[in-house]
Amino acid sequence: MKGRLIGLNGDTAVAFAAKQANVDVVSAYPITPQTIIVEKLAEYINNGELDAAFIPVESEHSALSAAVGASLAGARVFTATASQGLALMYEILWIAAGMRTTIVMALGNRAFSPNINIHCSHDDAYAARDTGWIEFFAENVQEAYDLTLQAFKISEDHRVLFPSIVNLDGFILTHSLEGLYVLDDKVVSDFLPPKEPYNPIDPDAPKTYGPLDLYDWYMEHKKLQDYHFNHNVPPVIKEVFEAYADISGRHYAPVKTFGLEDADVAIMILGSSAGSVRHIARQLREKGRKVGVISLTQYRPFPKEEIRKIVKNLQVIAVMDRSISFGSPGAQLYMDMAAALYNAKQKPLMFNVVYGLGGRDLTPDQIIQVYDKAEEVLKKGEVEEDQIWVGVKE
Amino acid sequence: MSIEWKSWKELPIGKIIPEPATTLKFKTGSWRALRPELNQDKCIRCLLCWVHCPEPAIIRLEDDLVKIDYNYCKGCGICANVCPVHAIEMKMEGE
Amino acid sequence: MVEAKPIKTLKDIPRKELFAPGHRLCAGCGIPQVVRFVMKAVPDPKVVVNATGCLEVATTIFPYTSWKVPWVHNAFENAAATASGVEAAIKTLAKKYGKKGYKVVVFGGDGGTFDIGFQSLSGMLERGHDIMYICYDNEAYMNTGIQRSGATPKGAHTTTSPAGRVIPGKQEKKKDLIRIAIAHGIKYAATMNPAYPVDMYNKIVKAANTSGPTVLHYFTPCPTGWYFDPSRSIEVARLAVQTRIWPLYEYDHGKIRITVPVKKPKPVEDYFKLQGRFRHLLRPENRWLLEEIKKDIEENWKELERLAEVYK
Repeated sequence: MKGRLIGLNGDTAVAFAAKQANVDVVSAYPITPQTIIVEKLAEYINNGELDAAFIPVESEHSALSAAVGASLAGARVFTATASQGLALMYEILWIAAGMRTTIVMALGNRAFSPNINIHCSHDDAYAARDTGWIEFFAENVQEAYDLTLQAFKISEDHRVLFPSIVNLDGFILTHSLEGLYVLDDKVVSDFLPPKEPYNPIDPDAPKTYGPLDLYDWYMEHKKLQDYHFNHNVPPVIKEVFEAYADISGRHYAPVKTFGLEDADVAIMILGSSAGSVRHIARQLREKGRKVGVISLTQYRPFPKEEIRKIVKNLQVIAVMDRSISFGSPGAQLYMDMAAALYNAKQKPLMFNVVYGLGGRDLTPDQIIQVYDKAEEVLKKGEVEEDQIWVGVKE
Repeated sequence: MSIEWKSWKELPIGKIIPEPATTLKFKTGSWRALRPELNQDKCIRCLLCWVHCPEPAIIRLEDDLVKIDYNYCKGCGICANVCPVHAIEMKMEGE
Repeated sequence: MVEAKPIKTLKDIPRKELFAPGHRLCAGCGIPQVVRFVMKAVPDPKVVVNATGCLEVATTIFPYTSWKVPWVHNAFENAAATASGVEAAIKTLAKKYGKKGYKVVVFGGDGGTFDIGFQSLSGMLERGHDIMYICYDNEAYMNTGIQRSGATPKGAHTTTSPAGRVIPGKQEKKKDLIRIAIAHGIKYAATMNPAYPVDMYNKIVKAANTSGPTVLHYFTPCPTGWYFDPSRSIEVARLAVQTRIWPLYEYDHGKIRITVPVKKPKPVEDYFKLQGRFRHLLRPENRWLLEEIKKDIEENWKELERLAEVYK
């Protein structure tokens, strides 16, 4: 582990990373649980610790709009939001990705209204999944810090040129103080030299950004974006993870697994809960139960090939979602997994578990309940209930 | 640079139009039903037609005389309407 | 940066065109005149940010663009916010890395300015960005097919405020953009009209030479949406001023001045009878609305004269 060990909450860690990344423009609107990020950055700037423009925009829609303008002008741009704020800027998410901006956005995962709830769900993370943004999930404050730094390097790479979201669970990570190793300023600035923009606004070489497409070119534009997103992004992510491992001693991978060398059943889960599940899995394995854990650091682009590889020897996966998609054949991660594995030669049985909505704690009891259910499915050899909910007051 | 792309693979990144003024390749002159005819002898070089033409399809020449660019003129008739000496007459295209 | 230069006559207008023909704006459209003037008057280097609307759609149909400057379109309601981001980036990159600066100019229609873009504009004005905002006002959502906006004048027929048997056109007054802009504490704002090109050009120059946010409100004749013969665009525009319906004035560092005085206004009927969107107001059953409108015009003009006196 390289770096200095300090204690920060998730929001502050993310702001600290953006400061070390020497961002040029911060364009953000406060919303619980991301407010500390915005406040911290304003403090850094006004105290002269960060040389950047802080645009105190009047809404999240304007936050991302201004971020798009700033990114096209060649600046290194950072923003953050959550829940309703993401929903408000939704149309611009597509534009930010389609116009190949390199914005990095921290998302303090929070539930969508109604009713208004300021605590953790993955509604906002999932809402962005179609839009063309790269998406990472942080499991703890260390990861939130590390992934923010790596996101800049990945997004700004000329082979990528897509914006990134770093997801960190609302309150659970955003407001919780954890120990983390932060790198020296010099190490970060070597890792992240000033942004080299691709085709920035240049009066000496005038270009038209954001024209209208009729039916004769829209599809081709989408195809090119899709091709770059699926082909160029994953290798660059791996490259950057490698480079970061060299400077930090911490090695990231698109997919994290635990116990899969001999597990029959596994839970798949995103975000901070992965740590909790791993803790319970460890206990169960000591008792001889063959259980495992899968979590994703890289959610978009979805690491289909890696997933197909690692599930080869599993019999049952309980895919846990901290969100629901009304009327869908399963919640969002479940649908991703089902699509990824449908055509695979070897695929386990899968069922969906809805948990933790609106900040409902995922407790050891609930986790054990899920593993029990998975083993029940294993014994029966079939999935009777596609989707169950845990932790809800029946 | 050509804008004659054929496949998605050739398109510029970010969906941009990488060159300025490519509408020059799009001749809107085909739109018009009426065609302005300029009588140079009457022209007093007031430049009102040049100022008000929406395309612009009126070219301001060195000596402030004007020339109509029929490649782009849509035949709106503003030039004939604003000319203080009626030096421009609108005629049916094809007459 | 280079100063914008005022003109005395039309001959002083720079020759170089930074806006190319071949765009698909309607024949007789009033928008290009303000675009051409802004492109000529505002010194290079500059970038244009454009809201969704007639200008954006008709001038940038892939792969054709009329623009010879960098041009950015994001969405409908966020031109001012997008421009704020560009402006902040320019300032920071100049400060941190010595990158060359350039002027940010925004074009928005009345839709993207008065209504859906209102919040975004207000934020930009409040934060004091160095941006020139030009609203080309054709008094309705023209690009989507002539629906009413907050800028549609009272009495006008649009598809969402139709001149019907029971309700004869839009019943609400036009929002006052300049006074709203001034209330944000900006230093320069003005109305413009294509029939008064020297007045118009010099206002663009004044705005360009004023640091901080500036707002220009441009009267944009629209043959398609107002239903008149395209050749009469400038005639219609001139009558708007001469009937006192479109006062030409400016707010300049605390002083309000009517730049084109109208001592003997022409009858409002002359303006209305030229346009299909107003012709129903000349019918006897709508006389009450016509009188209301005339009264509004009178009151508005008197109020403007009063303000010009107070803020001399």
